[in-house]
Amino acid sequence: MQNTETLELDILKEIGNIGAGNATTALSQLINARIDMNIPKVAILPFNELAEIIGGAETLVAGILLSLEGDINGMMLFVLKSTAAHMLVNQLMGCGQPPSPETGGFNEIEESALREIGNIITGSYLSSISSLTNMLIVPSVPYLAVDMAGAILSVPAIEFGKVGDEALLIESQFNDMDVDISGYFILIPTMESYKRMLHSLGM
Amino acid sequence: MANMIKVGMADLNICRAPDAITTLGLGSCVGVALYDKNTKIAGLVHVMLPSSKEVRQNQNKAKFADTGIDLLIQMLIKAGARRTALTAKIAGGAQMFAFNSNNDMLKVGQRNVIAVKAKLNSLGIRILAEDTGLNFGRTVEFYPATGNFVIKAVGKSIKTI
Repeated sequence: MQNTETLELDILKEIGNIGAGNATTALSQLINARIDMNIPKVAILPFNELAEIIGGAETLVAGILLSLEGDINGMMLFVLKSTAAHMLVNQLMGCGQPPSPETGGFNEIEESALREIGNIITGSYLSSISSLTNMLIVPSVPYLAVDMAGAILSVPAIEFGKVGDEALLIESQFNDMDVDISGYFILIPTMESYKRMLHSLGM
Repeated sequence: MANMIKVGMADLNICRAPDAITTLGLGSCVGVALYDKNTKIAGLVHVMLPSSKEVRQNQNKAKFADTGIDLLIQMLIKAGARRTALTAKIAGGAQMFAFNSNNDMLKVGQRNVIAVKAKLNSLGIRILAEDTGLNFGRTVEFYPATGNFVIKAVGKSIKTI
């Protein structure tokens, strides 16, 4: 039993690794800068610790959510700190005003840019999972929310909550020259999709 | 010196004046505060899902509207609160992402609020105030000394209900 679980975790880690690797390449091309990625950390965490990883339940973050259909049903969430989101947006648009600390201060154009960044990053992440498992994944358009980490993470936490008290988190740290931009991928397949996914990988 | 007692996600606790009780960053989850104003004892549960009956993994009672509220009442009575004196204030149940699909996963905030209200109603516990729904996260603090439920949201002024 223990071995099966370890093996499943290893497979999930590997999926996370490949997905995040492709996402980094896509991001690097998008903002036309060299980006290094640390080896992603994959962890199964109790809900309470999920927000702590990102800096606490009240940390201001940007979350980009896509719902998934096809052979894998569920959700994909990409989270990054509001400050990191601003850095990416500024880099993409080649300009930017300092954000107002109160609201996170994304204007309409910046929000749209952020959605597009999320779309490209999660899209490349999902397509690598898709080709790895040979399963069709059809993502929805990206939805953006800028709010407290606890509130944003409640969305995946609730989904994981239906099957247990823990959630699967893949943390990828991007390094853009001397700035650290940490991004967090949370893939939430439905239970059936999860089984299908592991099955297609020979489990 | 009054303490602030923290309640995590799918968690619950009680406190008495002058202490206060809080839960941070409620999204689609619902914070249910129960209060006996005579004894100044209050409890807070951070509900994630509407019903323990829809889920097989339901050992963690604080996670669900039905079992979470039951357990909180038990704890309050044990601490000296009177069952018939209990009143409620609730907050949370937001829809964090503006989806317009039929994906059931995303309407859970609304379903949580409905389930909490139905449960409180079935127990005859009056809801004195609520700040629920919409699309933003909330940090809540309950002060048993005054019965105030303080709600904080990003970019909004602090609200007391």
